[in-house]
Amino acid sequence: MLKLKSLDDFRTLQDRLRTGRDSDIPTIVIPAGTCGQASGASDIIRVAKREILAKELTGKVKLRITGCHGFCQIEPSVLIEPARTVYPNVGLKEMARIVEAVAKGEVLTDLLLKDPQTGEQIEKQDDLPFFSKQVRTLLDRNEKVDPIRVYNYLEHGGYSSLVKALDKRNPAWVIEQVKASGLRGRGGAGFPTGLKWEMLAKQPNGREKFLVCNADEGDPGAYMDRSVLEGNPHSIIEGMLIGAYGTGSKHGVIYVRNEYPLAIKHLIIALRQASELSLLGENILGTGFSFDIQIVRGAGAFVCGEETALIRSIEGKMGEPRQRPPFPIQKGIDGKPTAINNVETWANIPVIIDSEAEAFAKTGTKNNSGTKIFSLVGKIRNTGLVEVPMGITIEEIVYDIGGGPSGKAKIKAVQTGGPSGGCIPADKFDLAVDYDSLTEAGSIMGSGGMIVMDENTCMVDVAKYFMNFLKDESCGKCFTCRKGTQRMYEILDDISAGKGTPEHLDLLEELAVVVRDTTMCGLGQTAPNPVLSTLRYFRDEYLEHIENKRCPAGVCRELIHYSINENCVGCQACVKACPEGAITGEKKQPHTIDADKCIKCGACRSVCKFEAVDVT
Amino acid sequence: MINLVINGLNVSVEDGSTVLEAARFLGFSIPTLCHVDGLSPYGACRLCVVEIGEGPRAKLVSSCTYPAEEGLKVRTASARVIRARKMILELLLASCPQSKTIQDLAAAHDVRQQRFKQEYEDCILCGLCVRMCEEQMMAKAIGFRGRGEKRSIGTPFDIKSDVCRLCGACMYICPACQLRCTYNEPEKAICGACANLAPPCVEKDQFDDMMCYMDPCVACEIQKDK
Repeated sequence: MLKLKSLDDFRTLQDRLRTGRDSDIPTIVIPAGTCGQASGASDIIRVAKREILAKELTGKVKLRITGCHGFCQIEPSVLIEPARTVYPNVGLKEMARIVEAVAKGEVLTDLLLKDPQTGEQIEKQDDLPFFSKQVRTLLDRNEKVDPIRVYNYLEHGGYSSLVKALDKRNPAWVIEQVKASGLRGRGGAGFPTGLKWEMLAKQPNGREKFLVCNADEGDPGAYMDRSVLEGNPHSIIEGMLIGAYGTGSKHGVIYVRNEYPLAIKHLIIALRQASELSLLGENILGTGFSFDIQIVRGAGAFVCGEETALIRSIEGKMGEPRQRPPFPIQKGIDGKPTAINNVETWANIPVIIDSEAEAFAKTGTKNNSGTKIFSLVGKIRNTGLVEVPMGITIEEIVYDIGGGPSGKAKIKAVQTGGPSGGCIPADKFDLAVDYDSLTEAGSIMGSGGMIVMDENTCMVDVAKYFMNFLKDESCGKCFTCRKGTQRMYEILDDISAGKGTPEHLDLLEELAVVVRDTTMCGLGQTAPNPVLSTLRYFRDEYLEHIENKRCPAGVCRELIHYSINENCVGCQACVKACPEGAITGEKKQPHTIDADKCIKCGACRSVCKFEAVDVT
Repeated sequence: MINLVINGLNVSVEDGSTVLEAARFLGFSIPTLCHVDGLSPYGACRLCVVEIGEGPRAKLVSSCTYPAEEGLKVRTASARVIRARKMILELLLASCPQSKTIQDLAAAHDVRQQRFKQEYEDCILCGLCVRMCEEQMMAKAIGFRGRGEKRSIGTPFDIKSDVCRLCGACMYICPACQLRCTYNEPEKAICGACANLAPPCVEKDQFDDMMCYMDPCVACEIQKDK
């Protein structure tokens, strides 16, 4: 590969790439992140390649394989550029037809997505409500860039922010820009990134400094960091390079969990390409600035996302936090100053430098600038990654972008911030999504998980689920986190089994407050949030479990029982489905469930087409 | 010297002191389980929490690890601190009621009952034995493994460690097993920390060379019963 010896070399290369681009040739874009591949994108890529070769369309139709575009519901999907036609849930046969149609410049109307309300067909991606309400600063690049082709990234303005920063010959300018942009850490705590960098830059001269990209994304149901890493690894590298220039760091570490093999693969490729181009390593672009990045793989402990535990893990020690102070910025990896930022934060840096701070700060609200990617999952129609400006209301995300509930039941709450976050009830959906309002409402922004729950979700069960997760993932070093989460789980388990007493509720609350107050690290301090927020907003559900021994959502097994109502037509479907043989009844006669045999698995309810199985 | 305020009193302490050292030097008692002078601070038991800062920014920190800072305002026995300490003792009693140390601490803090399901665990994972072994005995024979509720202390692969000199320091320092270490049943004799120690001696003469602190010697007691 070409070695770039100066900033001018870089500009020449980028100009050449840009002028060489022929944007009129139709391009088939296939998103193939881990999520896309899981739903069959690899197969449709093979079909597309075969068809292009077999029909001799090389040169007439281009193919681009990218990372995840965000709309999980329609994957495997295909996007046609420049028309921006989108085909959802593409099968192998459809793919062959699409290739042919693209070559002829036609649109296959029968394959288009139908609006669920109006039944109208939607052709363009930008007309889909899921996309049109978003502000896709970061995810937009996932569509444009093939993650394993660095020239593709360069063509779309890649690394020009780095060149711009290097060209200023003033590291302080970088920090000023990041400070003025108001960017806050996207990992969850929302610490101002510019301030953190300034503190790192001010560490005594001559000390080695480290920059870390925290890609240890472990929240259940959250995958925005994975998408960015897989879809656009160069943007992380560019962000880190700019950060290194601003803060005077020489070493970078990307700490990524080993459960993300595709992300690691793309990162390794990207790092190699960047060093080959002399965008990484010694004397970058002939400016005398040097920076190197290595990948460290995490072995799958949730707590290693916590800064001090992450540092210990990088050092090769057991991944457990230590008490702060000293903060990582004073004493980090091997005792050297270290600044740790989340994947999304790093991805935002090139955007800030490119558009300059003021333009960036225009998106979002005061003190909460820019966009944030959320992974919208749960009982919602459009699941996927959504990138929205800060300060948007939950209502807009859930109903306008998410399309409302997936089933008939009404949406009851959203859970933000992963296991350490809290639940926000539906009557508070006018809440603005930013760091401060979410904290005030008893939840946290977290890394961006957003789990939607409807009336079939039991809040006691939700709190119990998260507490079970946390008691396993707590490192166990500090006593109140280890025992506190275990005991909270124990009490919640009792309540959901109908063994709860009103005293249990007081004890639970008392314990939760003490755990929040006394634990060592962020994991423990936020661990009681699921309990405290559900107690705050859904106390009546807890009381229903305790006083009336009833689970209103019909989830807690010990408190529910199944029965068959008069809708039963005697179709025998449930009789066949029941694994315990608990259902009896003649054909065309109403069936009955033997409560003694019933294990409350819900199989009968899911096969019944007549809504004849009741849960009470 | 660093000037700070502890419980409303203006005091000055030497540079590099922790809040716990400062408070204890001045006679304010703060209970601890995982702290012993001469071993590095660890901050695991959380009993030593104190309140620092003011108004909405007030927070609890473990005093054994928190450095004394210029102008810091510390409250060692505010309502919030006492509430937290009592709950921690309740949790400790619920898990490890047989420890004399924990019983005494609970009594001193007026914790008369605990409201959780009673467990009988041997180890509170304070890490004193691990630090003792590493920092004072220079052996590193035992360490932590597992996480969360599966966390425990032991030698690698649960086999006798080559670097263990059977000095017994781990037993000596354990705050939870004082009572049980004079136990007569080999199975229950020792807490998780020293489960992998072979009986340190068979006869008294050898025992002197091995720097064992135990009095009476656990192993001798065990041997006697056999």
